[in-house]
Amino acid sequence: MPEAVVARDLTRLFGHFVAVDGVSFSVPRGEIFGFLGPNGAGKTTTIRMLTGLLPPTSGDAVVAGHDVRIAAHAVSNEIGYMSQLFSLYGDLTVEENIRLFGGLYGLRGARLAERRDWALEMANLVDRRRVLTRDLPLGWKQRLALGCATLHEPRILFLDEPTSGVDPASRRRFWDMIDGLAERGTTVLVSTHYMEEAEYCHRLALMNRGRLIALDRPATLRHSLGQPVLELLTDAPPRAVEALQGVEGVIEVGLFGRTVHVMPHDATAMAAALPGMLAAAGRRLERLRTIEPSLEDVFVALVKREGGAVLG
Amino acid sequence: MTLRVEVDGLSRRYGALPAVEDLRFAVAPGELFGIVGPDGAGKTTTLRMLAGVLRPTAGDARVGGVSVARDPERVKLALAYMSQRFGLYTDLTVQENLDFYADLYGVPSTERPARYDRLYAFSGLGPFRDRLAGALSGGMKQKLGLSCALVHHPAVLLLDEPTFGVDPISRRDLWLIVHGMVAEGMTVLVSTAYLDEAERCDRIVLLHEGRAVALDTPARLQARLAGRLRSLRTDAPRRAREVLRAHPLVAQATLFGEALHVQLPTPATDWGAVLTALRTAGVAVNDDRPIEASLEDVFMALTAPGTGSLADA
Repeated sequence: MPEAVVARDLTRLFGHFVAVDGVSFSVPRGEIFGFLGPNGAGKTTTIRMLTGLLPPTSGDAVVAGHDVRIAAHAVSNEIGYMSQLFSLYGDLTVEENIRLFGGLYGLRGARLAERRDWALEMANLVDRRRVLTRDLPLGWKQRLALGCATLHEPRILFLDEPTSGVDPASRRRFWDMIDGLAERGTTVLVSTHYMEEAEYCHRLALMNRGRLIALDRPATLRHSLGQPVLELLTDAPPRAVEALQGVEGVIEVGLFGRTVHVMPHDATAMAAALPGMLAAAGRRLERLRTIEPSLEDVFVALVKREGGAVLG
Repeated sequence: MTLRVEVDGLSRRYGALPAVEDLRFAVAPGELFGIVGPDGAGKTTTLRMLAGVLRPTAGDARVGGVSVARDPERVKLALAYMSQRFGLYTDLTVQENLDFYADLYGVPSTERPARYDRLYAFSGLGPFRDRLAGALSGGMKQKLGLSCALVHHPAVLLLDEPTFGVDPISRRDLWLIVHGMVAEGMTVLVSTAYLDEAERCDRIVLLHEGRAVALDTPARLQARLAGRLRSLRTDAPRRAREVLRAHPLVAQATLFGEALHVQLPTPATDWGAVLTALRTAGVAVNDDRPIEASLEDVFMALTAPGTGSLADA
């Protein structure tokens, strides 16, 4: 079975609120698959359904060969889960945390010892095995949490915003570990709203208001709008943003440092029209150049095109 | 009123543990200044000292000429400080929270209607003025916190990770509010752990383990890595990474999904030789291009052992 996860028309209602709305996708074995979206987009609800914690209202999902509607427990033995809160015990040592989680996953004796050594090695924590977990820097705790979540060799690993607040070197080490797991066949599903994490995924599912609004490789998504971003330098940039908001031909306009980023429907036409538009608003255009859209630019443009994020 | 912020050898120890060591920088009136670094780098400790709520163990800082070490109460009058856990009253409505902070700061009642109108226009919270603060989304709560901090129109605004946990769309709204204040001459110091976000600041100080490792504009920091970064695509990215990491002419190789980012030790490094090594190892390169450094690349290069070439002169 090449597909590790298949979701078909997955839907979840809470009362009349549609948290997840007819979401379909499949994730092949060994892929790093990201869910990207604002708060309330349905990322967590989707993951909770895939992990068997929450039954779908309609639609279905097959995770590691098990239908989540009828075999929630079988699914849970095959998955690992790590949230941004890590759920480690601060007053236990590194090794004691590993032993505790190993025990919870049903590992005993020689098998537990073997997996403990593997986790210490993978997380580069061999020298710190007797250190109290609360005394570890955040990046080290995060590697320990990943080690604990993968002790039982899950076929599918779920990560919820795993590297927020971590320094860049730790983040890169962490994603090296994730990639190592994926290389050996573990399928990884990550939910995040940080572009910095999204960049590490093989494919990204963009979610908004419970719906899947785009699904592709990051490089393909970055070019999916078919237009570059116009970066302009002007006097009083916030005033320029106000002047360009809601203007015909502008998908999205935002501030970026002292510059203004305009995402146009047609870059050539917009580049020609901008000096006049700004002059009409009493602003002066000092420089204009085209730049490649970032994932965030694309994400914001797609969400706006869909009618904005959930308010409230 | 606009004010300058001067930081002069600012330090704070907790017992023997240095949290912030010998920070020196000056922020011009109307500047948007970023205090940037990972968790534990000293961002919050720095902002708390500038806000006059934590005493420095050495050094000093002056806000509009007033010393935070000697006269913290007077410093507090000139500034607003929005901490990570800003004190919103969740059982009061949006409007009641604004009223509460206006009372606290003694904003005259004649000035309030105009202030509120502007803050609502900025924040988009107008339609929610009668909603309990506890019932707002995370992004809206942050916007309300910022509005409360701005209600007395401070000359200096200190923001501690205002966008932590906030989604990209609300993040853009928050930055628009901040830029609006800067455009009116407010001096803003903002901390963030997101390096992509730091690019929005006029100048930034990069903190690492309590020390400043760089102080410059984002563009000039990124220029320090000019000509040293390549992005390449191959059908065997993991094999390529292995070859690159073993290669003496490669400083770093990082896999982002299917793309590899390669950092070279100098702009003059013989990239052709590296490509030849890849070909010899049987790795076909489909796409190879120079890329601009991100601030994350710069931070990595500054904090990696043995890469002193990037440090401040």
